[in-house]
Amino acid sequence: MSSASRPVAELREVQGPSALGGGSRRFFDLLWLISVTEFKRVYFGTVLGYLWSLIRPLILFGVLLFVFTQVFKVGSNLVEHYAVMLLLGIVLYTFFQEATSNSVTSVVAQEGVVRKTQFPRLVIPLATVVTAGFNLMLNLVIVVVFVLAFGVSPAWTWLLFPIALLFLFVGAAGMSMALSALYVRFRDTAIIWVVVSQVLLYLTPILYPVDAFDSSTKERLLMVNPLAVIFEQVRVWILHEPGAPTALDAAGGWLGLLPAAAIYFGVCIYGAWFFNREAPRIAEAL
Amino acid sequence: MPVDDTTASPNSKDGPAAPGPGAPLAIQVEDLHKSFRIPTQRVDSLKERAVHPFASREYRELHALDGVSFEIRQGEFFGIVGRNGSGKSTLLKLLASIYRADSGRIQIAGRLAPFIELGVGFNQELTARENVVLNGVMMGLTPKEVRERQDAVIDFAELHDFANLKLKNYSSGMLVRLAFSVMLEADADVLLIDEVLAVGDASFQQKCADAFHQMKIAGKTIVLVTHDMNAVEEYCHRALLLADGKVQFIGDPAEAGRDYLKLNFEAGGVSPTGLGGVESDGARLLECMVVDESGPEATGVESGEDIRIRTEVELQRETASAVHVGFVVTNADGLGIFEFGELMDPEEQAESFPAGRRFTLAAKVENRLAPGRYFIHVGVTSAGGISAYAENAATFVVFGGSKTNGIISPRVKFEVESNGSSS
Repeated sequence: MSSASRPVAELREVQGPSALGGGSRRFFDLLWLISVTEFKRVYFGTVLGYLWSLIRPLILFGVLLFVFTQVFKVGSNLVEHYAVMLLLGIVLYTFFQEATSNSVTSVVAQEGVVRKTQFPRLVIPLATVVTAGFNLMLNLVIVVVFVLAFGVSPAWTWLLFPIALLFLFVGAAGMSMALSALYVRFRDTAIIWVVVSQVLLYLTPILYPVDAFDSSTKERLLMVNPLAVIFEQVRVWILHEPGAPTALDAAGGWLGLLPAAAIYFGVCIYGAWFFNREAPRIAEAL
Repeated sequence: MPVDDTTASPNSKDGPAAPGPGAPLAIQVEDLHKSFRIPTQRVDSLKERAVHPFASREYRELHALDGVSFEIRQGEFFGIVGRNGSGKSTLLKLLASIYRADSGRIQIAGRLAPFIELGVGFNQELTARENVVLNGVMMGLTPKEVRERQDAVIDFAELHDFANLKLKNYSSGMLVRLAFSVMLEADADVLLIDEVLAVGDASFQQKCADAFHQMKIAGKTIVLVTHDMNAVEEYCHRALLLADGKVQFIGDPAEAGRDYLKLNFEAGGVSPTGLGGVESDGARLLECMVVDESGPEATGVESGEDIRIRTEVELQRETASAVHVGFVVTNADGLGIFEFGELMDPEEQAESFPAGRRFTLAAKVENRLAPGRYFIHVGVTSAGGISAYAENAATFVVFGGSKTNGIISPRVKFEVESNGSSS
């Protein structure tokens, strides 16, 4: 209320609500601010704070490590650094699961904001992905400690790791957009996603290496899952064991990677398109 | 927020006059349509959709807005009033980019800050300071701008000592103060305000009133959506009355207010009680209603206008003596306000009243009643045990006029005599 005389503003058409509305500057400001405050809220709101997001994957890691090295001995026989592979996989998968499952209900949970303020809708699901991303970064610090402690030597291929992270992040974002918009329409999306993400955990080479299969057909089938491609490539880049098949090898050539690429880009494009289409009506549908 | 003119009374209309027709437009709305599809049966799960792929696709169209057009000039304080369901909230949400219009065009000059509800987006788990930043960015400021202003916001809300307290530990009054200060600090060109005047305690309401007055002086364009006709008449240059999604009236706020009250009482509220609770012996009350000057039944009477009551009575037994028709008017609490009646003599009409004789009585009553709802009770009596009594035979509302203590507002004349001084 400080300025009494301001330049005469021009009339400008109002487009109504949208996924991105309000300019990219505001979009990123909001995305960043909401992600950071949400992250702070979780970690300063509970007594043990950040430890919770570490303990969960670590317990899972401990249990699985015991099962697959002491009971089934699958891991330890095939992979030199099975523990590192397991931990890395669990941490990455935890990110994917946290980002997507938190985003499912995110738009509906923010009902008050969506129905009563002008707000680029896309910020809401993306903020859950970014918040999960912060967790991932912290957890990766622990992973680095483990990697070095287990005696994996650094290699130049470590520099490629961010590429895998980028693909994982974008994939999680695409999935989150689709899920959060679907949930507005169909409330059973949440239940379905719990099951699907459980299944995905076992269809991704986390607990077992891809070369644990006895046939290349099964390896190829596994490589239809885009997450499997990413995780396998991470294993190759970080652990750089001489015998480990790259995603390309496991898929049996570029052609074999096509289904995974189609699914990956399909999900991302569909997610963005669907969310964008639904965004103007979300406030009414709630 | 510097309040340099603290003596300004918000109760006066001494802000800048309404901008003339030459002033640039702040909001232009052309032929706006918005309807909602209300499914007769909501399909909320995939299973239902899969089991009945073609069923349950029936919708009821609800036309919330039906061709609304208006213009608001820059610097204008504009009121939007209407009954519940008239479409005013929809209009506000369209202006605020929360809903998308089906057709029509909305143009707005400059930045718009909507306040559909105070404190939306406040996060209970965060401190006041963090919430101020979050809310500011949501309203379109950059994080840098917000950080520069956050101290001013906290100061205006008088929450300096609690700035780092989580909102969940705030009292509701503190929350409202914080929300209101955030809103003022948003410094938008156009403010959309929905029913926020009715919050907070008296001193905070005064602060709000002062703030509105300041905004008016600062030449902001403000759109106020409210039920509170006093607020509209107090602040607004012009007002728009919406009814059933259409513009009923645009112009003088006082007139819009009167139309609004009329609409409110005509279209609903409480339906007349009719002739319930009738006890009769030998006479029957056929009709009792409050009517307009022109004849049809009315449910409201404007303050100061005569109350016209039409009553029709039928005698079921012959009677030679006079028939008395009496009326008692009570208020909503059942308190009798006044009574009146008429004695009808058979000599004037005929030798006696034969059975089946009907007569209609039209009464015109001077209206000194304070605004509110009133009930009319009718009694008919005659010799030979003829009697009929109807409780709540009719009801009406007195609307308009100024609020008053008490239940009637009689005309008063004063005469002042000077008796000299006492010393």
